[in-house]
Amino acid sequence: MKKESSKKLVAVAGQPNSGKSTIFNILTGARQHVANYPGVTVEKKTGSYHLKGDSIELVDLPGTYSLTSYTQEERIARDFLLNEKPAVVVDVVDASNLERNLYLTFQLAEMDIPLVINLNMMDVAEKRGMNIDAEKLGQQLGASVVPTVGNRGKGKNELKEAVRATSKEGQSNQFRLDYGEALETHLMSLEEILSDDKTLSGRYPLRWLAVKLMENDTEAQRLVKENSSDGNKILNFAEEKRKSYISTQKKPPEKAIAQLRYQAAQNIAEASVTRKKEIKRSLTDRFDQIVCNRFLGPIILVATIYLIYELAIVQGYNITPYTWPFLAGFRDFIASILPSEGFIFDPFFRSMPLWVVNGTIAVLNYIPIFLILFALIAILEDTGYMARMAFILDRVFRYFGLHGQSVLPMVIGGLYVGGCAIPGVLATRGMKDEKARMATIMIVPLMNCLAKIPFYVLMIGLFFAAYKGIAMFFIATITVIIALAIAKILSLTILRRKESAPFVLEMPPYHLPTVQGVLRRCLERTWLFVKKIITIVIVVAIIIYVLIYFPGISKERKAYYISQADQAQQTFLKRIGKDNPYAPLFASDKLMEFAQYWGDYKKAKMGAKGKEAKEVVDQGFRKKNFEFFKIVKKGKYKSEGKVIKDKYAKKVYTAYKKLDKKRNKLRREDREETIVGSYMGRAGRFIEPFTRWAGFNWRVNIALMSSFAAKESSVATLGGIYQSPPGEKEGALEERMREKEVGWTALHVLAIMLFMAMYPPCIPTLLMVRLETGSTKWMLFATFYPIVLGLIISILVFTGGSLLGLSGMQAMITFYVLALIFLVLMGFIKREPELT
Amino acid sequence: MTLDEMKPGQVCEIVDVIAVGILGQRLMDMGFIPGTRISIIRNAPLIDPIELEMKGYNVSLRHSEAKGVEVTPL
Repeated sequence: MKKESSKKLVAVAGQPNSGKSTIFNILTGARQHVANYPGVTVEKKTGSYHLKGDSIELVDLPGTYSLTSYTQEERIARDFLLNEKPAVVVDVVDASNLERNLYLTFQLAEMDIPLVINLNMMDVAEKRGMNIDAEKLGQQLGASVVPTVGNRGKGKNELKEAVRATSKEGQSNQFRLDYGEALETHLMSLEEILSDDKTLSGRYPLRWLAVKLMENDTEAQRLVKENSSDGNKILNFAEEKRKSYISTQKKPPEKAIAQLRYQAAQNIAEASVTRKKEIKRSLTDRFDQIVCNRFLGPIILVATIYLIYELAIVQGYNITPYTWPFLAGFRDFIASILPSEGFIFDPFFRSMPLWVVNGTIAVLNYIPIFLILFALIAILEDTGYMARMAFILDRVFRYFGLHGQSVLPMVIGGLYVGGCAIPGVLATRGMKDEKARMATIMIVPLMNCLAKIPFYVLMIGLFFAAYKGIAMFFIATITVIIALAIAKILSLTILRRKESAPFVLEMPPYHLPTVQGVLRRCLERTWLFVKKIITIVIVVAIIIYVLIYFPGISKERKAYYISQADQAQQTFLKRIGKDNPYAPLFASDKLMEFAQYWGDYKKAKMGAKGKEAKEVVDQGFRKKNFEFFKIVKKGKYKSEGKVIKDKYAKKVYTAYKKLDKKRNKLRREDREETIVGSYMGRAGRFIEPFTRWAGFNWRVNIALMSSFAAKESSVATLGGIYQSPPGEKEGALEERMREKEVGWTALHVLAIMLFMAMYPPCIPTLLMVRLETGSTKWMLFATFYPIVLGLIISILVFTGGSLLGLSGMQAMITFYVLALIFLVLMGFIKREPELT
Repeated sequence: MTLDEMKPGQVCEIVDVIAVGILGQRLMDMGFIPGTRISIIRNAPLIDPIELEMKGYNVSLRHSEAKGVEVTPL
């Protein structure tokens, strides 16, 4: 091999729970990059480091028990090794589980790659009374063996040095597993045939290919077919060999190969390991006796879930008021550099960017929740409790086509009340069962995220005020019932053909997570989220803005508003009088300057808590513009220690207050008219004849459509449509809605609430769905099925309830009972195919 | 008999993996090889799945999957 000082590609391979990511982290340090393997949703981590002039590029392969073509992870790891031909592969081996880990080592060795074996978790092995002779192991495997204790960084330099030395030699591993005479004769003749093919022998390790063909590996067969002109001939030959083996040995070669590998692993392990005492996982076993206990287990699990919910969702949300000022400060800064606002109409380059900034910070506001949540998930994964959760819950969830691992994403998404679908969808990442994972991704958005809550509160306040608790319980649990039923339906229909992994789940020993490891993962995932989501949120926000503000009101209407504004300003000037000494302040276009000051002052005063803070605000505004200050203080201010009462300033104050009220009213009217006449408003009216069956009029349609960007805006949009002045309490909005919607009954509200519960995921969640499913089609499905479902349910409840003459509560209870019966029936439909 | 018929506390030895396809391969990859000793540790709170110990590590399986492993009690 050529000597080269350029970048060397090194792959890190290993079984799950071998501490592979820890090794990857201590080797690369902070210089890491997370992406996906092309075309799939499996995370690909790369990093780099330098050693003695060599630049090493490290790639973390997915953790796999084997290298068959049955699972996506195994295919990815295998394809990477075949196609990228790394200079060295570091095989991370759990020293306390040597035998099973060597099973993978043999398969790696077969691929003709220079191998470095990393005996990790030596401390655990020692605690279990195992003494491993690394040198002896190395001799048997023909590779350097480096012992490490990953989570303490022990052995890091030795490992780097071994990687360097092996990459310099450039020698592929010489270890050759003997599969016994019966298999070897077939393997040899297959290898011979393969070596005649120039393309194949140039591209692939032939012994590996021969073994795979004997194993009837479909991917290997594809490689042969695609690369060789004699592909079919070779495959026929291999098939013959397989048949002849089966007829003489009475078992399929893949079975024999697995057995022989384990036999060899056992022999090698026995030769290099001396055991002081019998293997024990004493502490883990004692823990599991409690954690997996029939009675205590579920209690601990519920307590853990509750704790996650409490810490991340509740406490995380409590932190947001402290982080919000930073986001608001950012928005205000942007607002200050944009063109200033108009009396009625704001310039496009002000309102549009502000709309985008508002939409973005609404999502960024949840960062504290994400940080806590991701840290807790990392702890759950690292301790090993995650596997126990799946173990305890699998039975329940399996009835509905889900998996024990589905519970965590659902809790995060808002299993009871309050969650967020974005990290919920992200949390499905660890699930191996592709079918259950897809079903989970599709139903997580049906949970009740934090942003839906204000809407529910508003709606419940409208017609269910007397039964607040019951109504909230209804909405929180009906969503779970519907979600489970949907999961089952999906897994029986469109997800039927998805890969479903068997539930063969390792229960690793418990161990304490490291602070570093947890922090790293939590920051990494949060950053990934921010990076991926924000850019697209901006684009979508612009689109929604256009839909909601364009084409805008007509010229005549615009002129009307301008004349109204002029009139109001004239009245204002008349009110303060010509001889008022403050009158020159409002000459010609200076009025807006004061309007700005007035608004800023009001806002600052509202934000200041306590007497002292208010005093500081006063001082600041006094310095900024003393004349304006006199007015906003109603003419009552201190000067040189004396309290001065200025009646002219007071007059201006009173007059401006009236003008301000008029201005706000005009702005609101303009906004309503704009929204109603906008593309979205037209759409809302257009579909009204249809949505009437669900009890939605066009006003509700607009509110529902516009809250698509982020659900937070649903209440705000309703506020806009029902003309609730900004800053007023929800109670007031309720009153306005009642005034305007005299025909409404509890059935209307129930139908709207149920629709909101099913409502399509917000845009950031959809992007997450796109990211996690790796498919735009699934994203579109996740967008549209909830709309259809929501409409069906709403129509059922509203039209059905109206025909039967049910009251709101009666309809609620009836629907609940029916949904529950439906769910139980769904649970009984055939569970899964038995042994294939 | 098959592995799903075993009760917690019992110990058995694998005779054969009768499951084929992905399940069979996965079981073999995880060390379900004839001659291997398995201790049944416990059932999940709702009976299914079961937790086993073999080759010094613990693994859990559903009953429907344990059916794919033929064993003889020891």
